[in-house]
Amino acid sequence: MSTGLVSVAYVVASICFILSLGGLSHQESARRGNWYGVAGIIIAVGATLASVGDGGITAIVIAVLVGAAIGIPIANKVEMTQMPQLVALLHSFVGLAAVLVGFSGYIEPLIATAGAEHTIKLVEVFVGIFIGAVTFTGSLVACGKLDGRIDSKALTLPGRHLMNLAAIIACVFLGAWFLGTDSMALGIIALVIMTVIASVLGIHLIMAIGGADMPVVVSMLNSYSGWAAASIGFMLGNDLLIVVGALVGSSGAILSYIMCKAMNRSFISVILGGFGQTTSSSAVADSDQTVHESTVDDVCEELRNADSVIIVPGYGMAVAQAQNGVSDMTKILRDRGVNVRFGIHPVAGRLPGHMNVLLAEAHVPYDIVLEMDELNADFPDTDVVLVIGANDTVNPAAAEDPGSPIAGMPVLEVWKARQVVVLKRGMATGYSGVENPLFFKDNTRMLFGDAKESIDKLVGGLRA
Amino acid sequence: MKIGIPREIFEDERRVAATPPSVHKLIGLGYEVLVEASAGEAANYSDEAYEKVGAAIAADTKSLWQQADFILKVRAPMENSTLGKHEVDLMKEGAFLVSYIWPAQNPELLEKLAARKITSFAIDSLPRISRAQKMDALSAMANIAGYRAVIEAANNFGRFFTGQVTAAGKVPPAKIMVIGAGVAGLAAIGAANSMGAIVRAFDTRLEVKEQVESMGAEFLELDFGDEEGSGSGGYAKQMSDEFIKAEMALFAEQAEEVDIIITTALIPGKPAPKLITADMVKSMKPGSVIVDLASERGGNCELTEPGKVAHHHGVTLIGYTDLPSRMSKVASDLYATNLFHLLTELTPEKDGQPVVNMDDDVIRGLTVVNGEDVTWPPPQPEAPVSPKPAPGTEEPSAEQKAAAKKAADRRSQIGKGILLVVTALALYGVGAHAPESFLQHFTVFVLACFIGWQVIWNVTPSLHTPLMSVTNAISGIIVIGAILHLAQAENLAVGIMAFVAVLIASINVGGGFRVTHRMLKMFRK
Repeated sequence: MSTGLVSVAYVVASICFILSLGGLSHQESARRGNWYGVAGIIIAVGATLASVGDGGITAIVIAVLVGAAIGIPIANKVEMTQMPQLVALLHSFVGLAAVLVGFSGYIEPLIATAGAEHTIKLVEVFVGIFIGAVTFTGSLVACGKLDGRIDSKALTLPGRHLMNLAAIIACVFLGAWFLGTDSMALGIIALVIMTVIASVLGIHLIMAIGGADMPVVVSMLNSYSGWAAASIGFMLGNDLLIVVGALVGSSGAILSYIMCKAMNRSFISVILGGFGQTTSSSAVADSDQTVHESTVDDVCEELRNADSVIIVPGYGMAVAQAQNGVSDMTKILRDRGVNVRFGIHPVAGRLPGHMNVLLAEAHVPYDIVLEMDELNADFPDTDVVLVIGANDTVNPAAAEDPGSPIAGMPVLEVWKARQVVVLKRGMATGYSGVENPLFFKDNTRMLFGDAKESIDKLVGGLRA
Repeated sequence: MKIGIPREIFEDERRVAATPPSVHKLIGLGYEVLVEASAGEAANYSDEAYEKVGAAIAADTKSLWQQADFILKVRAPMENSTLGKHEVDLMKEGAFLVSYIWPAQNPELLEKLAARKITSFAIDSLPRISRAQKMDALSAMANIAGYRAVIEAANNFGRFFTGQVTAAGKVPPAKIMVIGAGVAGLAAIGAANSMGAIVRAFDTRLEVKEQVESMGAEFLELDFGDEEGSGSGGYAKQMSDEFIKAEMALFAEQAEEVDIIITTALIPGKPAPKLITADMVKSMKPGSVIVDLASERGGNCELTEPGKVAHHHGVTLIGYTDLPSRMSKVASDLYATNLFHLLTELTPEKDGQPVVNMDDDVIRGLTVVNGEDVTWPPPQPEAPVSPKPAPGTEEPSAEQKAAAKKAADRRSQIGKGILLVVTALALYGVGAHAPESFLQHFTVFVLACFIGWQVIWNVTPSLHTPLMSVTNAISGIIVIGAILHLAQAENLAVGIMAFVAVLIASINVGGGFRVTHRMLKMFRK
């Protein structure tokens, strides 16, 4: 295939990818968007295969088929609650691929270059491998944290900012050495050392970020994986890679920004980590406050008498796999004419939009699933709010206590409703480690126990 | 203790301070209730209905006033011309009284009450705090007045409120401007909106914008700096001269356009502001209607005649001061319930003995005469500071806040400036030194970043997870780089690396798209 045709194929693929992302602006067009993405990849890979001719075609096909054969079954099996881990893991693959392609590109450049072009290419190789390595190990750590294999608490080593800074400075020096040397062997040594440093840096960066900030981290890594692809594209002189990398990179960056906004935190402070560790200020609750415990029967009664109910799910619902029960309950209540809606905080769960996916999986119609801003004004007119496994996102301290570590973070103002029922395992604090005064309010009832069991009992009670 | 419900003697006053249901509840609080004969007649409550729930009927006015220890009334006590005596003088010495009193306007009445040692609760002086809402007769009455104002306007307006296209021609909808979006204003907006009119509303308090919009009206906003009209206790305050000028210009402009103006602007303790001038009335279309809900306090319109319907320049000006009384049944029901809640607060033991607890904010605010002391005005209520500052932390003053904001603005300005300079330098550097081929790719890169920026902001937040997984799958495009290397690999190490890269990138592509597809399939209406 001629280079011209390949270029055109790449342009078509680029358009497919843009349409794919554009399709996600509505639920209706989203599925078509996904198919555009698939089409784009197939066109791109097909054109590439046609252009390379016979060289190594068997190996390529084997690798692609094996990869797909591994990827698709994993995707079929994964539980929706494990989505965050899977996404993080997949990010790490992009990072690793970038590292590998970067090394290959250094050892066996596809295009011969000289002079300034050569220098630029070396910079591209270096940067690509650096970002790739950080993405790779960072994503693995994020995956481990989300999966619970690694303690999700933020790891705060003394002088951690200095360590990060030192690592980056070391990489800059290695980079200068790398550009200065003519020897391939020395160059590879420089690259390997840099890769190791970048890997450690990735681990350390993500270890220092607490669980509550995971949505930001995942979207940030998403962004990194895009930039890694883009820098590899520069190295190869391949516009398609550049376009896709830029698309993915800016997508991740915007998502991170949205998430930070939702937590009223600056991006820098999230990245620097250590959240939830230095928080024992004024928010420490008085020990004489009492919580009002409730029973399944009482809650059933409340729900039966309610005209409007808002359900506020959090990560706890995902952990307990209670979304199907919640969906059943919603159906029963709606059949009785109760106005049931869902209030989703932008950072509920461990992934942007996490709750929406879980509720969609459980067949909750998406038009009753609303965002925080759409719903906050309605709480005063709401009879019952069911808080299922959410904590920090409904914490009144954010709005009322300027001394609280989460002060100023926008929250769902559930406490304004007539009655709040909190389904919770115990009195533990949320990911941010901040005490929640909601539990002590007079109009709050606590229903302790596993969310799934409680919901199933509620469904039974409502059916009876 | 005996509660007395006299018949209202104020002209055209049709309300009554207790209804049979509220009498029943008052008896539950341990009181005896005595109702003057035909007290509830104008509100469609017969004497028999009162007797049925356990009230005694006092045959004549005098005996009621002399027997009762606690008088519940609507209008402030006044001269009874048939008996030739003031109602205060008819009362037992040391009795209790609940009614409208308007202490600011009626200092003599307070003296008179204090002289007879009558502990008096002015229902109009209720502090505006959430706990007191159930006793808030002003709001309850304002709600009725707002509704009725629209009805009166409709009655005097020669057209439909709603626009219609009929075989006999097209009828334009009525345009209504409501000035002052307090309870009455909001009620008027709601009523007018539900009748199909186009409603606009103005208020000096910007905080009510949302409420106005929620009732279905358009909020007329003045483009006027930071001046905000919220005074203490949720009422409006007097505005600066420039503001009033701008406001008047807006009204003059609207007057030419709208068909109906409903004014509800009041400032506590001041005569009603004059907002609609004679010229504005003149500029209105013939057949237009103005309902002036502030007419009792002088009126918002210069031409309003309190208590009457006037006609000037072809415009009907309605200045009724008794709008709630014109809906005497519902007004009595709500007022009686307000008073019952007040009595509940006053009688914590439910033993028919009122306790005046002056430490209670609500009761303190209501009590204008306690025994022989005039206790009005009460200490100032707190201004509406929404979040309570935590103990120990001082709320920064408005100026400090403004200064801090300015400083932050300047800092971000400087930051933006620096960013701009750095970007310009970097671009210059790239343009001056980078080779042609790089620049081509660079162009593509920058443009792609912008496309990404534009496209991603449109993604609905509920699809953020699918967005991540699909971008993830797409970033598996790195497989192309790996394929190119694998195809040309001469070195075994490179071959292995490229092979692994193709493999894992393919996992990414396959897994990413597959899982996105699964997720998207779940979203359904």
